[in-house]
Amino acid sequence: MQNLDITKKIDVKEILKDLENYRPKRRGWTWREKSDKQVYGPFTFSDMSTPLKNYIPMPAAQYFGNIDPQPNNTITTEIASGRFEDDIRRMRMAAWHGADHIMVIRTAGQSHFDGLIEGTPQGIGGVPISRKQVRAHRKALDLIEEEVGRPINYHSYVSGVAGPDVAVMLAEEGVNGAHQDPQYNVLYRNINMVRSFVDAAESKKVMTWADMVQIDGAHNANATAREAWKVMPELMVQHGINALYSHKVGMPKSNISLSTVPPTSSPAPCVKLDLPYAVALREFFSEYKMRAQMNTKYITSSSREATVTHVMNMMISRMTSADIQSTITPDEGRNVPWHMYNIEACNTAKQTFAGLDGLMDMIELKSDGYLRDKVRELQERAVLYVEEIIKAGGYFNAVEQGFFVDSGMYPERNGDGIGRKIDGGVGVGTVFERAADYMAPVTAHFGYNNVAQYDPSAVDNPSKLIDGCTFEKPEKIVFIDELDETDNVNQRMAETEKYRGEHGESNFVKPEVQWLGDGVVQVEILLPVALRTAQYAAIEFAKKMNLKEVEVIHIEQMHPVEGTRVQLKGVLDMDLDLNALVIPPEPEVMSEEEIRGEFDKFPVKIVAGTVGQDEHSVGLREIIDIKHGGIEKYGCEVEYLGTSVPIEKLVDAAIEINADVILASTIISHDDVHYKNMKRIHEYAVEKGVRDRFIICAGGTQVTAEIARENGMDEGFGRYDRGVNVATFLAKKRKALRGE
Amino acid sequence: MKGFIKREDDYLQRNQHLAGLTDEQLKERFWSLVEQIVDPLLDLAQKNTSPSIERSVLLRMGFSSLEAQPLVDGAIDRGLIGHGVGHVIYRIAKEKNLDIRTAGLELIDGKHWDDAVKIFKGGN
Repeated sequence: MQNLDITKKIDVKEILKDLENYRPKRRGWTWREKSDKQVYGPFTFSDMSTPLKNYIPMPAAQYFGNIDPQPNNTITTEIASGRFEDDIRRMRMAAWHGADHIMVIRTAGQSHFDGLIEGTPQGIGGVPISRKQVRAHRKALDLIEEEVGRPINYHSYVSGVAGPDVAVMLAEEGVNGAHQDPQYNVLYRNINMVRSFVDAAESKKVMTWADMVQIDGAHNANATAREAWKVMPELMVQHGINALYSHKVGMPKSNISLSTVPPTSSPAPCVKLDLPYAVALREFFSEYKMRAQMNTKYITSSSREATVTHVMNMMISRMTSADIQSTITPDEGRNVPWHMYNIEACNTAKQTFAGLDGLMDMIELKSDGYLRDKVRELQERAVLYVEEIIKAGGYFNAVEQGFFVDSGMYPERNGDGIGRKIDGGVGVGTVFERAADYMAPVTAHFGYNNVAQYDPSAVDNPSKLIDGCTFEKPEKIVFIDELDETDNVNQRMAETEKYRGEHGESNFVKPEVQWLGDGVVQVEILLPVALRTAQYAAIEFAKKMNLKEVEVIHIEQMHPVEGTRVQLKGVLDMDLDLNALVIPPEPEVMSEEEIRGEFDKFPVKIVAGTVGQDEHSVGLREIIDIKHGGIEKYGCEVEYLGTSVPIEKLVDAAIEINADVILASTIISHDDVHYKNMKRIHEYAVEKGVRDRFIICAGGTQVTAEIARENGMDEGFGRYDRGVNVATFLAKKRKALRGE
Repeated sequence: MKGFIKREDDYLQRNQHLAGLTDEQLKERFWSLVEQIVDPLLDLAQKNTSPSIERSVLLRMGFSSLEAQPLVDGAIDRGLIGHGVGHVIYRIAKEKNLDIRTAGLELIDGKHWDDAVKIFKGGN
């Protein structure tokens, strides 16, 4: 497979072919860079990075010539469906929407697996990170990054009892970034603390060789603590321990990224709490990178609320800094993220950063008062925290005494921290002292290594002893394909073969949220009843829609009794044969020269206005105005009557100036007023005996050509129609009327 | 609960010795204290190894994860892990004039371990 064809689906079978011989095309992390290009459409930006070759701009870009400025923050998307083969397609979608850091969540339980997982078993809440899975993903991303024209960083996890094994595998496979933080093992996975720190040094050394960016695990304290905003002093301490430990192992500070998250969420006064913290942290860690995570602690099933929280989080990022802006999908509070929510999250980031471009050129954070006082207080609390760790006899003792993840704002202590025993946890008793002759003949090995006993000249290059290790000679890597005959990708793909087809193309299609052919759809219902009644009634409605496995995924009161909003998911267990589908041809658009030629020869006079009690002017102005690419540019003469124009006035004006065309905009659609407006224009023109004199068209966001024609119009134009569509229609219609 | 310390927020008593520091001095203090915390941990990592570290060495030497596991287990069982499992294989390969992979695979088959024990523990 050489290149992706943008008109064709990615062929997952092809990706999986010859994997045993695939080598990643590069190693190491790539940051975005500020681009020379800062002018997009009518706007000059300040902070944009190199634009993409292929992309899908955000919806509102249609008003600005489909520009797609890319912020200079790396944008992360976290993908975790449990089936890595289906995640590949989502990666491609996300890349087109601006993600250049693809983080693949690891399956539950892998951190306690003492060794590498091989093959491609299905995961829960993530995928088992195995060599085959990683290699397939990197191979797919090597193609996808060519398609979008920007390097894509692939990210995984180096934690658990098999940290060094995983680190080596990821380094060999060209993975670009990883989570690595021994404190995560200790606090949240109860892996023995001595083992965790000893292993971590090896892992970090390997990651350093591979030029991977490391993200720490401190954000987990925020997600775990009872009152997340009180853990701020501790977060700085956790970041400090991992950051300095990594740097002392040899990792450059520019590859060490703090995983920082605004600790709280509105309706808390979150900026008042989150901004001082963000500033305090960035001052103490000024030489390190920042990966700004979004708040998950207070996420609910409301995707709207999550999106607002995330926008506020990115406000903090813009006011301080974020080398990597992580995105949390707005559906994370209700299910394992679905395709479209990854895309929503990427777009939320892109939209916010484009919108906040140049913010700090206009405002600055105050250097005295509340903000400064709080920054100093948080920093002092963090210093007091490390002082007490030392007083307690060091890190291990502090963990034993329950210092960490206590719900009190340090130095307040509530006695509810997570305590672990130095002689306890998974993997206890598995750390062995290195003997005087200890030796490991490989590259990127940390610590004591008596290579000199065999070859003093190999001290700086231990793998010389074995004529190069896999880091120098990737052909030495042993690739294991599958170990489980039933739980593997081939089996899963065979089950969905009908929808997969020969090269990713099939005539059969089924709705999907995460896995090919999963059939899952989301339905939204408002019921005029109280919450609990609505919850059960909605399920019945969904069943009547033929949905199976129905579940309520979000429910929200509109009023205690007047109404409840319910979002449900269910399986629509049917598919469609695309060969039997009738798709009307796309409307033809004439060239500018053709249209201009027509209107030059046969000048056209147009009367236009927004009819009824309707003050919307934007849509019609775009259709008309020359500066928006409207019909004026083809040489039409347009008499614009404005908004809230009575129907009679519109037709009368057309009669008076002897127009050829009437364009009526009708945006408001409640009570079907847009239907009624169209019908009344037609009827009034008939009454006046002038209907044949005019071509009458209506437009509006809820208007379609069919609706318009049914209501007496010659044609209708909807939300995606532009001046060129209107002009093409007028030119053709007038030709037809002339009998040409 | 777990017998961990409970304490009211006494920040305003505790911070007295920090009050006179400039912001820059406070930052320096933070990092020098963090260094005191991580240095002993690094020392530990310098001087010790683990099954996972040894497996990661064997992966780099060209063994699969399935092969690395029994090699490390074999070395632990015989008290050899402290010498480095990669070292054991390296040494056997040298002694027996085998390439590294063959030496490792033969060890997985149960061969050469007695020689390995002799070499590393036999008091040379």
